[in-house]
Amino acid sequence: MAAEEASGGIQIHPMEQFTVRPLFGGTELHWYTITNQTVWMAAVVAVVIVLFALGTRRRALVPSRTQSIGELAFGFIRNMIVDIGGKDMLVFFPHILTLFLVIVTANLLSLIPYSFSIMAQFAVTVTLAVAVFVTVTVMGFVKHGVGFLKLFWVSSAPAALRPVLAIIELMSYFVRPVSHSIRLAGNMMAGHAVFAVFAGFAVVAVISPVSVLAISAMYALETIVAIVQAYVFTILAVVYLNDAYHPGH
Amino acid sequence: MEGDIVQMGAYIGAGLSAIGMGTAAIGVGNIIGNFLSGALRNPSAAPGQTAMLFIGIAFAEAFGIFSFLVALLLMFAL
Repeated sequence: MAAEEASGGIQIHPMEQFTVRPLFGGTELHWYTITNQTVWMAAVVAVVIVLFALGTRRRALVPSRTQSIGELAFGFIRNMIVDIGGKDMLVFFPHILTLFLVIVTANLLSLIPYSFSIMAQFAVTVTLAVAVFVTVTVMGFVKHGVGFLKLFWVSSAPAALRPVLAIIELMSYFVRPVSHSIRLAGNMMAGHAVFAVFAGFAVVAVISPVSVLAISAMYALETIVAIVQAYVFTILAVVYLNDAYHPGH
Repeated sequence: MEGDIVQMGAYIGAGLSAIGMGTAAIGVGNIIGNFLSGALRNPSAAPGQTAMLFIGIAFAEAFGIFSFLVALLLMFAL
């Protein structure tokens, strides 16, 4: 029985769905090649633009449905920034809102069957995280000059401990973009790989009902994960920016 | 018998690194449990701390994701 299943039935390739491949023939990848990656990225941008274009077309005091979605996202991110960093952090509002909308839209679009998860590609999330990291570093030095380095010099600690703490703080500062990007991509990749594994089990007739039920349950969980991970990515971006904007707090 | 001893070691290592994911799950459960016990004692203070809750979860979970990444690297990139 086991040998029969192994030879005839289950063939699971959970990581195959993450390969970037050209859509219109050819096998080479150039910078101009249209791949599943670029198509879904364009779809994400289109969805965000259409949502906000439709939402703001007829602005009303009593909002329509699309307008209230836009207002919800706008108010949510604005409250998040004001809660963490205060009103003067609102200069970063466009950056943060764009990050949140792109990530949450990409995560939710990737839950459509047969779609492609662009946020499971490390290249994408590393780009976003490095953008935040560079913004934090450059903004910190521009705003505070050399005083920005006080971020690593914990003045509340005993003097003998400060050099050790400075090394630890420096390391944790440079690990930030790594964990920031891998968290998002890893979560998305893990979720979609689990879908593929359970879908592979559905081939065997006996366990297919269990497998379908499991996929449904995972789907609900992944919907939450998609939104929570977008939230976590943006809130960490705000926290990092706030660290550099108001060091010493 | 197929494969070689390097691949066997890689697969064993991938399995071992799954322990890291389990321990990260313990950490996340710990955070949520403590948040809930605190929130039930003082429900009025709870909504202001949900952002901290998610940040804590994110930090605890990062290391589980790291071990997941190590498992993936061992299985597919080696």
